[in-house]
Amino acid sequence: MILNGTGRLAMLFLIAMLLPLLFFSQQINAQEVTSKANSDVTEILEVKADFSSALLALKQRSLSKRAEAIKQLIKIENPRTIIILDALLIGNLFENRADGSLLIAENQGDYYAASQAETGDSIGRLKKADIKKIRLSNRLRSQLRLLLAQKELYLEDTDIRMQAVKTLAKNPTKEAIQLLKSVADSEQDETIQQEIQLILALQDMTSSDKNVRLAAVESLKQHTSLEAVNRLQHMLEKDSDGQFNEPDKQIRKIAKSALVKIEARLQVYATIKTVFFGLSLGAVLVLAAIGLAITFGVMGVINMAHGEMMMLGAYTTYVMQLIMPNHIALSLILSIPAAFIVAGLVGIAIERGIIRFLYGRPLETLLATFGVSLFLQQTVRSIFSPLNRSVITPDFMSGSLYINDFLSFTWNRIYILVFCLLVFAALLQILRRTRLGLEVRAVSQNRNMAKAMGIPTDKVDAMTFGLGSGVAGIAGVALSQITNVGPNLGQAYIVDSFMVVVFGGVGNLWGTLVSGFTLGIANKVLEPIAGAVLAKVVVLVFIILFIQKRPRGLFPQKGRAAES
Amino acid sequence: MKNILRKTGITSVLSALVFMAGINTAVSAEDTIKVGILHSLSGTMAISETTLKDTMLMLIDEQNKKGGLLGKKLEAVVVDPASNWPLFAEKARELITKDKVSTIFGCWTSVSRKSVLPVIEELNGLLFYPVQYEGEESSKNVFYTGAAPNQQAIPAIDYLMNDMGVKRWVLAGTDYVYPRTTNKILEAYLKSKGVDQKDIMINYTPFGHSDWQSIVAEIKKFGSAGKKTAVVSTINGDANIPFYKELGNQGMSAEDIPVVAFSVGEEELSGMDTKPLVGHMAAWNYFMSIDTTKNAAFIKQWHEFTKDPKRVTNDPMEAHYIGFNMWVKAVEKAGTTDSNAVQKAMIGIKFPNLTGGTAQMLPNHHISKPVFIGEIQDDGQFMTVWQTNTLVKGDAWSDFLPESKPIISDWTAPINCGNYNTITKKCSGQKF
Repeated sequence: MILNGTGRLAMLFLIAMLLPLLFFSQQINAQEVTSKANSDVTEILEVKADFSSALLALKQRSLSKRAEAIKQLIKIENPRTIIILDALLIGNLFENRADGSLLIAENQGDYYAASQAETGDSIGRLKKADIKKIRLSNRLRSQLRLLLAQKELYLEDTDIRMQAVKTLAKNPTKEAIQLLKSVADSEQDETIQQEIQLILALQDMTSSDKNVRLAAVESLKQHTSLEAVNRLQHMLEKDSDGQFNEPDKQIRKIAKSALVKIEARLQVYATIKTVFFGLSLGAVLVLAAIGLAITFGVMGVINMAHGEMMMLGAYTTYVMQLIMPNHIALSLILSIPAAFIVAGLVGIAIERGIIRFLYGRPLETLLATFGVSLFLQQTVRSIFSPLNRSVITPDFMSGSLYINDFLSFTWNRIYILVFCLLVFAALLQILRRTRLGLEVRAVSQNRNMAKAMGIPTDKVDAMTFGLGSGVAGIAGVALSQITNVGPNLGQAYIVDSFMVVVFGGVGNLWGTLVSGFTLGIANKVLEPIAGAVLAKVVVLVFIILFIQKRPRGLFPQKGRAAES
Repeated sequence: MKNILRKTGITSVLSALVFMAGINTAVSAEDTIKVGILHSLSGTMAISETTLKDTMLMLIDEQNKKGGLLGKKLEAVVVDPASNWPLFAEKARELITKDKVSTIFGCWTSVSRKSVLPVIEELNGLLFYPVQYEGEESSKNVFYTGAAPNQQAIPAIDYLMNDMGVKRWVLAGTDYVYPRTTNKILEAYLKSKGVDQKDIMINYTPFGHSDWQSIVAEIKKFGSAGKKTAVVSTINGDANIPFYKELGNQGMSAEDIPVVAFSVGEEELSGMDTKPLVGHMAAWNYFMSIDTTKNAAFIKQWHEFTKDPKRVTNDPMEAHYIGFNMWVKAVEKAGTTDSNAVQKAMIGIKFPNLTGGTAQMLPNHHISKPVFIGEIQDDGQFMTVWQTNTLVKGDAWSDFLPESKPIISDWTAPINCGNYNTITKKCSGQKF
């Protein structure tokens, strides 16, 4: 294009020089100009036609042809190109079944809000049956991401630019490096600048110039980047001929010291990570066990249906989501009180209907509540089908808090950890400060005395059981975000819950908290060493030995009441 | 709540009535051919097996509309082994001796099949087993209509290795017989292809494992060594959702580290939030999304039978579809439902599958199948990205394990053995 233009200019220049000599040259010149104007017009028209046809080419069934169409489309300069390809990438590009045109449509519950892809004109609501998605495979998706990243380097939004740089870093082709070099100087944002420098430094490591390599290794020291570690390690390894990949001894030495420095940091990150994993597993255990700590710990009832209370909570979340399909986040928050009420009421019903006739007969209680748990499972199976139900995770709970390549915390775990602490604090306050709490403590310490003091122990029992079950329901809401919502949800957690309560000391909420976190961290420390299966076994054996030594758990109940 | 309770109450009364009616007809109509259905309707496995029971009822219903078999009506005898492995054996015995069924369609997990095996061999019954499994077995009395490892796992590895350029491998599975055996075969296969031991990571987790944080972090670390990495997952149903969720949350996309699963199908996906799964893969011999007229008709029939237009179809359903129709053809060919005659007639029977090929029953009691690899889409369906050009014949004894390499299975004369050593020319005393 540019060459063509200068060629034309040179031609014009030549003609101008020859003007005095050739009389009719002006005529030729004029002709030239008009034909140029004409070609401009046709070019614009052609581009437009190209754009439309390239767009329609996306519809092709064959994936390789679709890939070709994407390549064609990205070459065409059009303000809509990026918007359309972005939509394609996230799965919002559709074909209109009625007329075969392409649409950008967004799912809004029952319908899709659609607009013409080519022009952006809205065409209102469409049903799912009216449109057909333009699908992508992994290969197309990564190819498209790469192509888009090259365009996005020039956009305003720093987050998008950063993402684009990272995408290009994953696949550093010559073209991409060239592009990054060209934007490196004009980039204002510091973190992006750093990222680009890192990629360029990594690129320099394979340079044939020793000094360039040296400078690159030096600059890598500060970066906590995975790619940097890999490259440095590669430098120190020997190839198949027994030669070091990096021929220069001095550079190897520096690379080694850089690696040692980075790895020291990595050790710290790894420890932080393990502790976080342990805490978040502990949070789930505490949530699952804390309801049991009340019913089993305070009332002394072995409630085998405790897991099913969690299951009911999880299903409540599912039902809430069905009621409000367009407000997933809100429905999740509203599920918390709803699950509490549902599970609490079922708990009270179980207590009034069955358990109150069985106080003081632990074996019968155990069997009866086991029966209840089977009954609840089968009920759920016949209402909701035996299949797992899909509970959608709201956006704010997916993804992770990125700190660096080696350290990131997943949001759902952070929220569950915080949620667990909140529930624990609330429960503690209820037991300490409310009338119910006072009565519960009184009854659990000495039932007969409490009765003599005029406390309606029957009512307190029912309320306590309801409270424990309700908290289990709340735990179910949290579990619905990390595991399956199905009839067997409760079974997976019941053994763990008992383990936590027994280990922590029956009747002590603080014990439950500490024991939950301890078991979580122990599990996560052991898991990488021993494997998931063995880690569980080791923890179990440890608990058995511990209970042998201290039958009342970590924090035994003290006082005369506890002796009996 | 009250309504629901009343509804379930009514349905249970109704089902009791229907059950009694069933007994009545069973007594009055002696002239039927009975077909046993041995799938768990309660317990852990109900999640997968209930669908297969419904599929069988649909197929039997359809056959009866066509006039039955050998001039008699077919009658389904449904029992519930309740995901309890020893109960599978008991119920199988009951079906054969008490109900006198001609054949049984059933089982899902390998352990349930292994528990039925001695019973079915002792009583010389017939069992059609519709699920992909680890191989290393071939019984005279069992027809394996699901995939053997060479019809699912090996082609998937080939695809990843040749088309995706995968160099490092994570073999992740649930800790039981199917993943352990499959991974043993895969490991041997990878090594035969020149993959280094340090480029293979094997990981097992307990059933229903739900806390995947450290394992996913480990996989991520393993996969970040600069070589293209893929996860080959034999993780069992329930543990999958937390696994994929964790993958998504830790920022591992299918473009970086794809996961190819052997136990995740349309049915399992219908209970998952598919957002974090898009782009991950599965290898099967059938996808609901495969566009053939036969498949469209099958899906339509399924929707009409279940009265639910959202119900999905899956691979084991197709296996039952093929198995049942092959059995019908074999009975017609033999002219009787006698077990020995049908066993003989079965070998060589051909029946068109739903994806455009023709399945054939091989002498080793396995069938020929096409292999598809699909990427998960956000609507819970698969988009086929690769498929075999021809049908792959099921191989009972893997050629990649040294101990089973010389062993073949051939239930035709003169070998007539499920465990025949081609080197020593001996049939092992073991029946299967």
